[in-house]
Formats: sequence, C-alpha cells, structure tokens
Amino acid sequence: MKLAVWTYEGPPHVGAMRIATAMKGVHYVLHAPQGDTYADLLFTMIERRSERPPVTYTTFQARDLGGDTAELFKNAARDAVNRFKPQALLVGASCTAELIQDDPGGLAEALDLPIPVVPLELPSYQKKENWGAAETFYQLVRQFARRDAAAAPADTSRSPTCNILGPTGLGFRHRDDLVEVRRLLAAMGVEVNVVAPWQATPADLARLPDAGFNVVLYPETAGAAATYLKRTLGQAHTRITPIGVKGTDAFVREVAELAGLDPEATLVRARAASNSRSGWYSASVDATYLTGKRVFIFGDASHAIAAARVAADELGFKVVGLGTYSREFARDVREAAALYGVEPLISDDYLEVEAAVAQAEPELVLGTQMERHIAKRLAIPCAVISAPVHVQDFPARYSPQMGYEGANVLFDTWVHPLMMGLEEHLLGMFRNDFEFHADAAASHLGATAPAAHRMQEAPAASVASVVAEQAAPAAAVSAATMPATSALAATALEAATPGAAAPVAVVWAPDAERELGKIPFFVRAKARRNTERFAAQQGIAVITQTTLYEAKAHYAR
Amino acid sequence: MNAPVAIEVMRERGQREVFCGLTGIIWLHRKIQDAFFLVVGSRTCAHLIQSAAGVMIFAEPRFATAIIDDRDLAGLADANEELDRVVDQLLARRPDIRLLFLVGSCPSEVIKLDLSRAAERLGARYLPQVRVLNYSGSGIETTFTQGEDACLASLVPQMAVVSGKPELLIVGSLADVVEDQLVGLLHEMGIDRVSCLPPRRAGELPAVGPDTRFLLAQPFLADTARALEARGARLLPAPFPLGIEGTRGWLEAAARAFGVPAERLDAVVEAPIARARAALARQRPLLEGKRIFFFPDSQLEIPLARFLARELGMQLVEVGTPYLHRAHLQQELEWLPPGVQIVEGQDVDLQLERCRAARPDMVVCGLGLANPLEAEGITTKWSIELVFTPIQGFEQAGDLAELFARPFVRRGLIAGATRQPVGEQAA
Ligand code: SF4
Repeated sequence: MKLAVWTYEGPPHVGAMRIATAMKGVHYVLHAPQGDTYADLLFTMIERRSERPPVTYTTFQARDLGGDTAELFKNAARDAVNRFKPQALLVGASCTAELIQDDPGGLAEALDLPIPVVPLELPSYQKKENWGAAETFYQLVRQFARRDAAAAPADTSRSPTCNILGPTGLGFRHRDDLVEVRRLLAAMGVEVNVVAPWQATPADLARLPDAGFNVVLYPETAGAAATYLKRTLGQAHTRITPIGVKGTDAFVREVAELAGLDPEATLVRARAASNSRSGWYSASVDATYLTGKRVFIFGDASHAIAAARVAADELGFKVVGLGTYSREFARDVREAAALYGVEPLISDDYLEVEAAVAQAEPELVLGTQMERHIAKRLAIPCAVISAPVHVQDFPARYSPQMGYEGANVLFDTWVHPLMMGLEEHLLGMFRNDFEFHADAAASHLGATAPAAHRMQEAPAASVASVVAEQAAPAAAVSAATMPATSALAATALEAATPGAAAPVAVVWAPDAERELGKIPFFVRAKARRNTERFAAQQGIAVITQTTLYEAKAHYAR
Repeated sequence: MNAPVAIEVMRERGQREVFCGLTGIIWLHRKIQDAFFLVVGSRTCAHLIQSAAGVMIFAEPRFATAIIDDRDLAGLADANEELDRVVDQLLARRPDIRLLFLVGSCPSEVIKLDLSRAAERLGARYLPQVRVLNYSGSGIETTFTQGEDACLASLVPQMAVVSGKPELLIVGSLADVVEDQLVGLLHEMGIDRVSCLPPRRAGELPAVGPDTRFLLAQPFLADTARALEARGARLLPAPFPLGIEGTRGWLEAAARAFGVPAERLDAVVEAPIARARAALARQRPLLEGKRIFFFPDSQLEIPLARFLARELGMQLVEVGTPYLHRAHLQQELEWLPPGVQIVEGQDVDLQLERCRAARPDMVVCGLGLANPLEAEGITTKWSIELVFTPIQGFEQAGDLAELFARPFVRRGLIAGATRQPVGEQAA
C-alpha cells in the first residue's frame, strides 16, 4: 500500500483508452464499475474531443457480484459490436474487475463475434498508464501487422518509406509533433506509409510491414511495438527524439541512414525547408543573461532527457535537477543525469519531487502540470514539457515540441517566464528607486508577482491567501469546469502547506536586514536562505552585514 | 402523509455514465475543515478524484489514496498492517487533522478489507486527538452524491444525545454562504436552536435526540435520514430549497414544526422573495419555452426540473435521475408538470438515442458527454457545476437560473465564430 496525494499516471486501462481513442475502427469493452467512466472526461474535456471515447463500460454494481457479472460483460460486448460496428474489439478489465476474475478475453472469444478480438491483460495493481498504452499498442500490432512478408526490401527506384509510431490520445503535443515530423520527413524525401496509433485502423496496422523502417516518436507508448517489429520483421527504428535543434539534426541524420540517403545532404535539405530561429535567438546578445540559469527538469523520460539536452546545449542553462516518474525508463534518465553531474530523481511521489525542487533552488522549472504547481508555490518560473496533460496543453495554435519549429516553441516557452535580460539589469541597478522599490515586480510577471515575492518570505498564514489569488487561473481539468464564482474557488484558501517556511533561530541585525533589502527581490529569498544556512554552519547567532557578504563569497566560490 | 403521487417512472438498466461516491470528497473536505479523507483503493480511485478535482492541484489537499498494490493482494503484506502504517505516516505529516475518514472503494470491498474494524483499531490508537470513521464511496455501492450520504450517515452514531427543547437540524452540505443565509432566516422566524450536519469543524458535531427535527437540504440523503430517525430524530417532509417555491416550502416545513405563525414567516421571506423574483424575471425570457433534457447525475435533477418548469417556464423533455427516493421527493413529484418523462437508472447509449431524436434546446449532463453533444449542435449544461456552486436559497435563485441561461447567452454572443471541431483531424 502506498500513500498517494497526486499521481503522475492513471491506471493501465487509461493507457489502453488512449490507444483506442487515437485509432479508428476499434472499440474497447471495459469490465468496470460506474465510477471508472470518469475517464471519458479526460478526452472530452482536457483534449476537447468532439466524440466520446470508443469505450463501453459494463458498470457492474455490488448486487451483480453474487450473480452474473460475466453475463453483463457478454451483453455489453455484443451490444457494443452491434451498435458501433468496429473492425476490432479490445476487451479488458479495470482494477475492480481484475479482482473478480471474469476473464473478459475468454468470454469475448466464446461469443463468436464477427470481428477480431484483442484481449488485454493489464495488471492494475502493478502497472500504470504509459505501460498500459504501450502494451495495448503492442498487442494490436502483434495481432494485425502481417507477418507473411519480411520488411519490404529497399527499392532504390522508389522513395524510402517509414511508419510513424507513437502518437496517442491525451499525448503532450502529439497532434502538432506529428504535423512537424511529417513535414520534416517530406523535406527529406521520405514517404510515410502508416501513422499509428493516431487515426490508424486495424487494416492500416496490417500494412505496417510495407515500410522500410519505423520512426518512434514516443518510446513510452511505441517502444514495445517497435521492438516487436524489429524482432519479427527486421524493421529498424529510430532512437533519437527530434527535440531541439541538435536533437532534430541528429534525428535527420539517423533517419537518412535508415532510409539509405546521404545524411549530410539530407540535413541540408531538411534545414533549408525549416524556419529555425531558436539557434540565432540563443546566440543573440539579449540571451546572454540566460547563461548558467539553474533549471530543474522533471517529466516522462524522453521529454525530460531531451529537455535537459536543449537546456544545457542550446540555451546554456545549468541543469541542477533531472528526474522522471517513468520507472520503466529509469536507466536512461540515470545516464542522462550523469552527464550533468546531478543526482537522478526517479519517483512518482509528488511530495518527494516538491522537496527536491525546493532543495535545488532552481531559477526555472521544466516539468509537468504538477511541477507547475510546485513552482508556483515556490514562486519559481516554470514551463510545462511533458504529460500528464491539462487543458492548457492543447493550445489552439500550432505548438509542436519536435523538429525545428518545436525548437522555436521551446525557446519562447522556456525563456519568456524568465526575467527579460535588460529588465533584470535595470531592477538590479535601480533597486532603491521608488518605482523599483523592494516590492516592485518585473512587468511580465503581472499583478501576481509581488504576491509571489511576499510568498517567499511571508509566514504560512499569508501564503494561503497568496496562493488563493494565484490559484484561479491555474485550474486543471476544471479550469474549464469551475466558474470563478464556484464554491470550489474557495478551495484555494486551504493552500497553507505545513512546513512551507520553517522558522530559523538566527537573528538578523538591522544593518544586515537593510542590506538584504537592497538585493533584488527575485534573489532575495535565496540570499536570505543561504546566509542563514551559512550562519548556522558557522555558529553565528546574529547575522550582520559582514556575515551577509561572507556568505555571498562562500556560495560564490 | 398524503398518498404517494401516481407518477410514471421508466427504469433503465445499462451502462451508467456517472461518477462513484468517492467524488463527494471534493466538496466534503472543503466543508469539514479539519477532516482528512483517505481512500483505500486503487490507482483508478486516485486518478478519479484527481481528475474530478483538478482545480486543486496547488496544495497538499486533505485527501489522499492508500493505493493497494500486488503485495497486498498476494497476501505478502498484511493489508491491515499496511493501512496502519499509511495512516501513521499521514497523521505524522498532518498534525492538524482531527477527523479521519477511511473511505472504502470497489477494490477494498471486493477484497473484503474491513474498514470499520480498521477504523475502530486506529481510533483506539489516536483518540482523543483524531477520531477515525469509515464509509463506502465505492462505485459498486454508491453513485456520485451518495458518497456524501454515506459519509454523513457515518457521522450520525458519533453525535451526542440531546433532549429537552426541540432543535432543528439542517442535513446536507451547503456552501457556507448559503448555510448562513438559511440559518439567518430561521433565526428571524424565531427558531433559535439550529445546527448543521456536516459541521464545519469535527469538534462541532451537533447532538441528536427525540426532540430533534431535521430538514434535508439535499435530495440524496436516504441513509443519513434513516440513521437520524433511528436516533429518534424526526424528518420534516419538505421540498428542497431550490428556487423561490422550494425555499419557501422548506422554511414553511420548519415553521409548522416549530409553531411559527404564518404572518411571521411571510414577513421574514417577503423581502428575499421580492429580490429573487426580480432576479428570475431577468432570466425568464432567456429560458421560457426552452426544452430541457436531464441525464442522471446527482439526484438533484427532479428538484431542478421542478424549479425550471414552474419558475422559469422551461419544458421538460426527460428527467433522468440515478435513483428516485419517492418519500423524500414526494412534494417535488407533486409539483412536476403532469406526464413528465422520469427515468431512473441509465443506459447511456439508449438515452443518447432518445436525446438526439428529441433535439432538446438544452441537455444537462456529465463532463464525458457535454462536448460531444455540443459538437452535435446541442447546448449543454454540466451537471457537476450544480453540485459545486451555491444554488440553494432565495438569494441564489437568480444565480441558479443564470447557470442555465448562460450557455444560451454564450451561443448567441459567439454565433458565427464557431466551427466544427477540427482538433483530431489536424494531422
Ligand atoms: S468506481 Fe470503484 S474503482 Fe472506480 S474510482 Fe470509484 S471506487 Fe474506485
């Protein structure tokens, strides 16, 4: 048993729903109690889908348990096939049905349905959402991809072809990444045979072997299927995630090699077709202030690893924390963390992540919606780089993470939350000016920033109201769900987290307090913490101006 | 009591598209401010609450899930010991907690993890600091708002015994602002001894006894009412305090039981009713004659339908409800326009077929159905908002009407700018 406050991933059957919803012509009959139908809203509210997910739930109740839940399942499956006329039926159990052991696979088989049935065994008490998605996609590919022919031999008279594997429902920018990667492949002269699971039918899956190789966009969802296709059909697949300029360059070279094209010439073509600005923006003098910004990164493994690479090698940030909630990919994240000399954080415990962020004292957090809330509480700028998704992760505009355009998007979304360079200098230089007084905030932080600043220093009681002010625009599913007037808006008032600001025993002398006031607000809280920590280490009871500067020198090293 | 009204009810059985009782935690933890709700369940349960409560991911909330894993199922770990360990961990983190609910889920019930014994055991360890209770919010036992019913029913045995002067108890969670208004009106009527279940703090649990008269503020409290009656309290039959008529009828039931003269009641409600009338008059032109269809959700459907039909002139196409408690809803049923189609239970696919065929002007439904129906050109109102928003009482009657009017107003405002959704087709 494990205590969970918030979770990064849903249960594995939600992963299966992400595959079913992405595809066409499949229907999923899920043996589950009524409450599990909440999962529909993930797709209709967060992703704003215009159709219900293709899922039928048996919604058995306690009074059915003694009787015949199996019969209920059979009727639901039969009705679903008649009503929705899918090409294939996925069947499985949610956590509760797994316990009553009705064996949906066996029951469906006994029904003699006119369409193929794919039974899913997704152990709910062991595995999670991404695993469930990968397993479901793998089972579908295994069942439908033709096995009679080996991979099509390279035909030099035709353009090379590939499949694109990975995009699902509820994916982080999957829709836009797919558009971008298709453009990139077109510029390279590589044709796309099948995209899956996104919009693919079971019949499309049958055609997977017609492509020369596979492009794997998201190893979390497509890794298992790609490995299977390689093993059984000898279809090679990409391993590089095309995120960032350098990542995209490397991806283009990798694809060119798999396609039998000249890597360098292909790269020239791909770049020529792009509108890549992020590299120049990063080189321009205004970006100098980005140098060495401390960044904490957390997300699914492939997005976190890619973000760390972009942060360090394309923006000149300093990676001070790197972690993932995907235990399946822990090894990859450990390797990446070693590159930056940081301790990898492999955890799906939200509270542990929060503690790690606070301890790393980053200037920017790149994380999921969970870290966005952590960062907000700690008054640290943040950008979202990974699922779990939120209604804001489906922007109306085109906003990919992958490819050269994706790199442009990353530059904008990561840099804007940071202080603009000149503004930072001005604030520092004129910190005693009446307009740049201690509580003034950088203009781009808007009205909430002074609050954010107070929050760092205020005792817990006022943190509550500050968080309350900030909470309203930050809603998740219910950003859409709750009107500002709703009773739930009052929820925000609860935010006082115990232990937010532990009282410190050391005392500040008035001169030191005054000097601290001259330090720009956005580093003041950190200066205060560092000085207090230094004083504690040195056994200094009263912090003077001198202590302040000794501490500064000590931490500057 | 009058004879039950003869009203046609269609019973339907099929896929239910409703939340389970765990969802009630979202408002209950707000209402009882020093209570913590620990769901003993699966990752699905944790994900359900998180998805339904998404708005609150900015604090360490006063609810969490003890996620059962393989080791618990395989008997490798004693689930009871594991639960004790999780509770120890939790209470060490949250010394501010005075009341802990262990909330049962489908998995905990199917594996027969006895949470009432666990609550006794843990209560013995933590009293008087923390009281430990248990109830079921599982989807196999409870539908959406029935979770609140189960929670409140678990509080009833904890209530002290009282006797002497008659007291009025308001049962069912209301937004604090609504509760204060209604209690204020009752005081003005001369009913001084009024208390509320649930209380705002665990230590303020009201007492109960044979002199207690209680009014239900919510229509979904069958078990709680039964438990209170078992303690000698008497239910005052009344409509629910939605709209002018409902609120007046509700107060009138109290007036009758406490011997408040009719003139005094009239004097107290006169001004608020006048305000509510004016507020409703502004919304009425937007709603009058419009045809509305309710999918089952919170059991609030019948009182809402009554309000919309009688005070705003809407036409009821179908009123779905997950359960129909005829005794508690007697007055409401009598007030419904004759011949209205009431459906208890659900088969969501059949209901969608009926809905599409009827082409109502507005559909009240859950979050899973709303956008797909909007995409088909049908205006919707999310039912869950009706549970989270202060809608009861005279002062909120206008707000309640406005919740239904807003989708129409919005459609009018953005007409011409809307397009068929293209999201999924982009690639
Ligand atoms: S229906 Fe049952 S398993 Fe599903 S979330 Fe509710 S309590 Fe948990």
